[in-house]
Amino acid sequence: MADIALGQSGPKPVPREATAWERLQVNRDWLGFWFMVPAAAFLILFLAYPLGLGVWLSFTDAKIGRSGEFIGLENYAWLWDDSVFWLSIFNTLLYTSVASVVKFAIGLYLALLLNENLPFKALLRAVVLIPFIVPTVLSAIAFWWIYDAQFSIISWSLRHLGLISTNIDFLGDMWNARWSVIVANIWRGIPFIAITLLAGLQTVAPSLHEAATIDGATRWQIFRYITFPLLTPIIAVVMTFSVLFTFTDFQLIWVLTRGGPVNATQLMATLSYQRAILSGHLGEGAAISTAMIPFLVGAILLSWFGLQRRKWQQGESND
Amino acid sequence: MTETQTLASARAKPAATTSRRDDSAGLGYLESLPARVVRVYIPLAIILVVLLFPFYWMALTAIKPDEQLLDLDRYSPFWTWNPTFKHFHKLLFETQYPLWLWNTMLVAICATVLSIVASVLAAYAIVRLRFKGAQWVGGAIFLAYLVPPSILFIPLSSVVFQYGLFDTPFALILTYPTILIPFSTWLLMGYFKTIPFELEECALIDGASRWQILIQIVLPLAIPGLISAFIFCFTLCWNEFIYALTFLSSTQNKTVPVAIVNEFVDGDIYRWGSLMAGALAGSLPLVILYAFFVEHYVTAMTGAVKE
Repeated sequence: MADIALGQSGPKPVPREATAWERLQVNRDWLGFWFMVPAAAFLILFLAYPLGLGVWLSFTDAKIGRSGEFIGLENYAWLWDDSVFWLSIFNTLLYTSVASVVKFAIGLYLALLLNENLPFKALLRAVVLIPFIVPTVLSAIAFWWIYDAQFSIISWSLRHLGLISTNIDFLGDMWNARWSVIVANIWRGIPFIAITLLAGLQTVAPSLHEAATIDGATRWQIFRYITFPLLTPIIAVVMTFSVLFTFTDFQLIWVLTRGGPVNATQLMATLSYQRAILSGHLGEGAAISTAMIPFLVGAILLSWFGLQRRKWQQGESND
Repeated sequence: MTETQTLASARAKPAATTSRRDDSAGLGYLESLPARVVRVYIPLAIILVVLLFPFYWMALTAIKPDEQLLDLDRYSPFWTWNPTFKHFHKLLFETQYPLWLWNTMLVAICATVLSIVASVLAAYAIVRLRFKGAQWVGGAIFLAYLVPPSILFIPLSSVVFQYGLFDTPFALILTYPTILIPFSTWLLMGYFKTIPFELEECALIDGASRWQILIQIVLPLAIPGLISAFIFCFTLCWNEFIYALTFLSSTQNKTVPVAIVNEFVDGDIYRWGSLMAGALAGSLPLVILYAFFVEHYVTAMTGAVKE
């Protein structure tokens, strides 16, 4: 900073009026505007505009390579009578609710375990995160192999333990396929939840637990009445993200089943990809994606306000 | 720290001390070792084995000779005594894998750098310039974070087509920042808030411009935050699938995740070895990067959630 200071401290003539340009240069709003330009350009051109365009496309009969005409609610009317669409909603809700609940339960349990006084704690935490680091598609391929109809290691192990007599057809049977993709999703989601909740747990002062123990609280009571309430704000955020990304999941399904067998694992995202990109009906696909928005907004509001409420109950101010 | 020491130190310390390093053992001395093994170590070990098994399986499949891969009865499936690099060799010399790896790297680095530059400016403006409506812009950026790619790819594909970017790396380099900017702006806002305002005031009095302050004062202090944002963005790019699947069509332009799913899946019953080798090779760069910057990575992940 010294050189800047020196440069300015030369002999100065009579202070002159600042020109409009100079005043503009220190104007917060003017500067703020220019600092925001790059980020805003990206977000408007490639996020806000497509979001609006998506809603517009859902009211047209656009196809790939042909801009569509406005056809009102025809796409939605068509989807309303489409049993595959309703099946995909059912699948998505099942997938999201089961996977989120189990992910949360195991993730929280893992976070509590990692919060114990363990040897090699940092190393353990690093190892737990690995499933989150590895690209979903690549780990899904490993699951694909694990779920193979003929050479599945799970079938092999169970057969050799004498629990089953024939191989399990993990991805070929409707309900097996549903549970298989849910398990893969849970596996992939646990590390994120566990590590973020662990960060939240580490801010809970151990003295609170000690005080409660002296007062005769059981382990469960300590968790229920001390740890959990202190953790709710972070749980709200983590679960919002988890629900959001599970609901819109695409990669895992695409690698494992591509929506099959007989659309049993068809989620709304995969269905919209099939209809819009593979079959070329952009309008119909856009209608399916647009139909996801109310669910997403609902999920966000529910997890946000449902859990965030605690914050002001504890006397903290809302953000 | 032994258990008796813990008790002593816990007593010696004033109640207000909440530093978790020192009294992390808490009331651990009340529990016997066997009870602890049952309550903590066994469940932890089970979860860890389940979390890591797919990677073990992936690595093992990648180095197993083909005949052992499919004959589960004559060879133990959980181990091999004759590892082979045949699958990796095939991957590197008979497919375009190195090219795909290069594409992924190029897209990830370009998109990350673009996003970080845009995010630094935006975060600084929101936190420190506090222009009119900065709060609202911050909120809007958080909302942008909540828009998932799965509902954007259809309209984006027509936008990409209109701009003439279809099937070029630019389609990804320019669209990935929409995922990365909200996240990294949010993260950097948190970092910039922790930098004392007084430093900037001093510089302002000395006549530094906002730009000089950002480059010479704020950024050097925010380096840990920049590294966190960089690593996390890079991982997100590497992981991205649906845009790459939709916006690219020719084989030589594909990124690793898309190429593996589309190019390796022929009917060949022996494809598993090279498929797993491909998945492993595609994960390794990230895992290595992660190994060096674990702490930054965890900060990025938890920091963005905590804000």
